[in-house]
Amino acid sequence: MTASSQSPAASAQQETLAPELQPALIRKLTALADDEIILAHRDGEWTGHAPILEEDIALANIAQDELGHASLYLDLRRELDGSDPDRLAFFRDADGFTNVRLVELPKGDWAFTMLRQYLFDAYEALWLDAARASTYAPLAEVAAKAVREEKFHLQHTALWVERLALGTDESHRRTQNALNELWPFAAQLFQPVQDEETLVEAGILPDLAGVRARWEALVVPHLTGKCGLTLPDAPANAAAGRATHTEHLAPLLSEMQSVARAVPNAEVW
Amino acid sequence: MGAEGGRQKAEGQRQEQPSAIRHPPSADEVWAALAHVPDPEIPVVSVTDMGMVRDVTVDGGRVSVTFTPTFSGCPALHVIRDSIGEAVRALGVEDVEVRSTLTPPWTTDWIQPDARERLRRYGIAPPAPAGDSPLITLDPEPTRCPRCGSLNVRMTASFGPTLCKRLYVCESCREPFEGFKSV
Repeated sequence: MTASSQSPAASAQQETLAPELQPALIRKLTALADDEIILAHRDGEWTGHAPILEEDIALANIAQDELGHASLYLDLRRELDGSDPDRLAFFRDADGFTNVRLVELPKGDWAFTMLRQYLFDAYEALWLDAARASTYAPLAEVAAKAVREEKFHLQHTALWVERLALGTDESHRRTQNALNELWPFAAQLFQPVQDEETLVEAGILPDLAGVRARWEALVVPHLTGKCGLTLPDAPANAAAGRATHTEHLAPLLSEMQSVARAVPNAEVW
Repeated sequence: MGAEGGRQKAEGQRQEQPSAIRHPPSADEVWAALAHVPDPEIPVVSVTDMGMVRDVTVDGGRVSVTFTPTFSGCPALHVIRDSIGEAVRALGVEDVEVRSTLTPPWTTDWIQPDARERLRRYGIAPPAPAGDSPLITLDPEPTRCPRCGSLNVRMTASFGPTLCKRLYVCESCREPFEGFKSV
């Protein structure tokens, strides 16, 4: 038997969170979950439409993982405020969502989808890797779990970005166009939520500046060196915070939430 | 805690067996019962084969089982949770609690040796040792064809029909097959 005597109490060293830190952590967990939910929906839009069957399956798998991560984050939030993850996902309007604009942009072509997913996967893998050291044990546990899944995404999308950038003139052109459009949006991933610095000081969250430095050290050589792409000069599109959305979010939500809202009391199984 | 954290509730009080009062089962008997609960997506292995059951506690008439999810987005989790509860209730226990935990995170290294062999016979290449490097190696682990044992295989898809598997084809015997990711 593999029964280690690890009982749930093994996470007993978990710091209970100081009450004054709760609102900021709830904001952060919701932001993390919202990014995953919205990106998963965009990935799901390829189901039945991807260039090859294997990619149909891969994107569905990736979307499923991202939703798994969202539910982990929202479970952490539930422990803090008792909120219901399903209500948060399916009964908030666009003005209640706090995802970055990067993930709500329409799925575009295959190069756009793969490059966006790559930029996000690299950020998520590095953020989770750093969050494993959180002093808040429940978050450290979630990060340790999710990072093992995320590495498969990054392997997959890094390879696709290479393939497309080094493929034909056409695939290179489309990948460069995707980078020109997406690069300014990526900056918003590293914008802290309100009062995030108090959580960083308490060792609960990784410092986004450090994550960003590692992210740039990973993706810039890959994109420019290995893939022969050129980073655009465009200024970062991060001036507005997570409360500001493009016109693309509301239609996405109306589709994503339609079933839950039509049958609000449906059983899961 | 865990993927289904807040759903940790004691299971309902359903009388499975109206027989006379039985002694509460021992922890070993509960483990033995759980060894017959199949993984809903790979019925040739059980939840204990997979290393998903982390703890069994018998306290008087109350049985508490702690399991850990394989992948956080695995849609079989609900089914597994219910099946574990059913299996314990079938032992005549009324007060059953099924909890999930994320610590330590599940690894394919916990899959039992005899279960690896059953996976192989079933046509799924068992996982290679996962080790503990969590981040970003770009080389997938070597995989053997479950049919002929050749290492001359080609991955045809990094993702497969379930979150835990990938698709391959064997260049030696031409068999297409699924392989476990090493997590």
